Amino acid sequence: MNRFPLWKNALILVILAVGFLYASPNLFPDDPAIQLAGSRSSVVVDQPILDRAIDALDQAGIETKSASFEGKLPIIRLNSAEAQLKAKAVVQQALGDDYLVALNLAETTPDWLVALGAGPMKLGLDLRGGVHFLMEVDLETATQQRLEVYASEIKRFLREDRIRYRAVNVDDEGTLSVRFRDAEARDAGATRIREEYPQGEFTFRSDESDQGFFVRLNLSEQRISELESNAVEQNLTTLRNRVNELGVSEPLVQRQGKGRILIQLPGVQDTAAAKRVLGATANLEFRLEALPDAGRTDTETFRFRDSPRQAIIERDIIVTGTQVAGATAAFDENSRPQVNIDLDGPGGRAMNRITRDAIGRRMAVLFIEYRVVNRYQEAADGTVETLRERKVEKSIISLATIQSALGNSFRITGLDSPAEASELALLLRAGALAAPIYFVEERTVGPSLGAENIKAGTLSVVAGLALVLLFMLVYYKVFGLIANVALGLNLVLLIAVMSMLSATLTLPGIAGIVLTVGMAVDANVLIFSRIKEELARGLHPQQAIAGGFDRAFVAIVDANITTLIVAVILYAVGTGPVQGFAVTLAVGICTSVFTAILVTRALVNLVYGRRRDLKTLAI
Amino acid sequence: MKELNIDFMAQRKIAAMVSVVLLVVALGSLAVRGLSFGLDFTGGALVEVSYQQSADLNATRQVLQSAGFDDPVVQNFGTDRDVLIRLQQDSSPTLGDEIVSALISAGQEVELRRSEYVGAQVGDELRDQGGLGMLFALIVVMAYVAVRFQYKFSLGAVSALVHDVILVLGAFSLLGWDFDLTVLAAVLAVIGYSLNDTIVVADRIRENFRTVRTGSSLDIINLSINQTLGRTLVTSLTTVLVLVALFVLGGDLIHGFATALLIGVIVGTYSSIYVAANTLVALKIDRVDLLPPVVEEDDGRP
Repeated sequence: MNRFPLWKNALILVILAVGFLYASPNLFPDDPAIQLAGSRSSVVVDQPILDRAIDALDQAGIETKSASFEGKLPIIRLNSAEAQLKAKAVVQQALGDDYLVALNLAETTPDWLVALGAGPMKLGLDLRGGVHFLMEVDLETATQQRLEVYASEIKRFLREDRIRYRAVNVDDEGTLSVRFRDAEARDAGATRIREEYPQGEFTFRSDESDQGFFVRLNLSEQRISELESNAVEQNLTTLRNRVNELGVSEPLVQRQGKGRILIQLPGVQDTAAAKRVLGATANLEFRLEALPDAGRTDTETFRFRDSPRQAIIERDIIVTGTQVAGATAAFDENSRPQVNIDLDGPGGRAMNRITRDAIGRRMAVLFIEYRVVNRYQEAADGTVETLRERKVEKSIISLATIQSALGNSFRITGLDSPAEASELALLLRAGALAAPIYFVEERTVGPSLGAENIKAGTLSVVAGLALVLLFMLVYYKVFGLIANVALGLNLVLLIAVMSMLSATLTLPGIAGIVLTVGMAVDANVLIFSRIKEELARGLHPQQAIAGGFDRAFVAIVDANITTLIVAVILYAVGTGPVQGFAVTLAVGICTSVFTAILVTRALVNLVYGRRRDLKTLAI
Repeated sequence: MKELNIDFMAQRKIAAMVSVVLLVVALGSLAVRGLSFGLDFTGGALVEVSYQQSADLNATRQVLQSAGFDDPVVQNFGTDRDVLIRLQQDSSPTLGDEIVSALISAGQEVELRRSEYVGAQVGDELRDQGGLGMLFALIVVMAYVAVRFQYKFSLGAVSALVHDVILVLGAFSLLGWDFDLTVLAAVLAVIGYSLNDTIVVADRIRENFRTVRTGSSLDIINLSINQTLGRTLVTSLTTVLVLVALFVLGGDLIHGFATALLIGVIVGTYSSIYVAANTLVALKIDRVDLLPPVVEEDDGRP
């Protein structure tokens, strides 16, 4: 007799029921939709705003499927992807720049399923269209910038303590040198610097030459890795803010490896705009104009951005763009563009301390841009080598007299256009990048290709499945039918687990499903061949069934564990789409072992298990 | 069902020679021609655009050259309306946009289907990672088989895997097909598949050494291969069926993947019969190699 105990059958049924439940959201296709949000946290998005958007759509003759608050934000569902693109433009125009209008794919999963935590699989960029960026943070520049700040600090407190120094410099190798006139001043200076910074921040060296007496400081290894890590983290935050400003739904921004950041923007069409905002490394520095008698080592000369004029500016930085807490674009009395800036606490205090003593002097706002320039150089053997050069461009955008001590809020003028003012405000608001970044990888998939990939993928799954089902039915008859049912259930479970994990389905992922379909029957084939062998040895059909399942078990487990190991390694070494393949492969192995061993057995038991008089098996 | 009794091992010397010849050809091609690595590994830029009508590749090439792009590789991709443009130099990430705007400003009606830019550094890293991944997979699998079976089996399984991987890579090298990230994934999947096959055969050899008391090692291996032959062929057939579906219907992006797996599955089926078993014979596998654990088990009982 071949019968499962009741609890085993019940368990199988429960697992399958849960599988069907969690796989079902994939039957409901997503609605193309647009989502409204405020561009700042102070902008409220409420029903009147939604009504304005709906009115605008009505006037433009675009039909909406529904428009309501889903969660905190209003979502307007539309009938087609073309309508979605048109609607975005129309609504953006109607609401103005205070609001962000993002393209979205709104799930249509019924509420009771959502309440159970069920949802459809996410589609990868290659199926949905969108952009993928991999950016590298320029860590070297990050530490170099920090050293410049140290240099300013050291100069300030040496001056305050009346320790006389000649110059403070930072070289390209990351060494900060302080030059003194004599050994006595150097020792006093070195002691003072040691007092100022915690133990282990720097390694100190002293030396002397014709030029003078030096203290040389190098950042400790630990401090450097801390700085680098901070720079990446800060850039990550900044890029997240910028992505939010772009108004993309379901963006992905994550750190990858030591100094890389991965960004995925599904559904984005205008990649150039996205790249400009994400990659913009504009920053600001506020510095005082140099006094006429300032030493040459303490000053720098910069050009104005919009005229060939030049000005001499102090090297010391009062505050930088990283200390900006808020920024909005506006117009001044003469309707010229300006940006209103709010500084954070420390920034405001620094600004106040410096400007208090500098009333009547002028303050410069420096606009800083980092760019990566590729230069091609032909080597002696004729190969062309690429040199990546980082360029820093600093120019003055405004130089204005300080009328009174400045505090947390002030404004800057001298911008070219309202557009520039709003982009600068956006960049300052989203936070400046702590270190320059450049793109090391970019992939864009147009929406038409994505749709084709889905079609081709689905078609090949269906065709592959049909071929296998047909073959199994012809070759194994009743048992083939049972294996086919198990294979179908395997697919359902695979999709259910992928949905539960919120795994992303990619084109190679679909290929993984196809491959799983082909290989999943392997376990059944192993079992069936064993049953045939047992029958050939003259065993009673019931014993043959039991023996076949038992004896095939070890081979099935061994074979699948090794494949699972390979899938795990594949996940570890792969990126993006390949990981998608690894996930489907791994999940497919687990579900296929379950369906091939337990579900098939339960079905075989159901068909044959009670028949004592069984003479032959249709296998 | 009729009992199969094909004397596989009688042909083992011929099979070994065939394998050696194929391996030499594959390795030779890999050494001389190398793999034609795709964008993922070399770095560079690639843009796929589609035209309304069938595209004039020469015109596209001229437009791009006059726009200042060096040596663009312009070819059809899939249909005659889809065009793939490749620039192998380490170019800037904005290249995709630049190419499309150059084509549009020259009066061509194109739609951007995809654009990819991979920095040279990222490409190098991926290549290293991919190679390491493959090696790592082999080592872990070897260890697993050594623990579960015996070290001779582990050598047998790994020689079958190395054989399959080299032949797949060799085919890609010889025919000059593009080796990209999806093909690498397929090669790793071949490792998984071929192993699956080999282990099923190995499992049966182990079982027969323990249960069948008569016959030489060669006889037992032969018997095991015959017993598993039906299963080996059926599984390979179902897998080939779905791969053909994928190859024909899956679209151009998945072509290399399906091709690599098709070759891998066919070669893997052969290697699990001949390479793995041949290695066992060459290592003089014997009952003694497999009996000890069973004896220990018996001793352990009161």
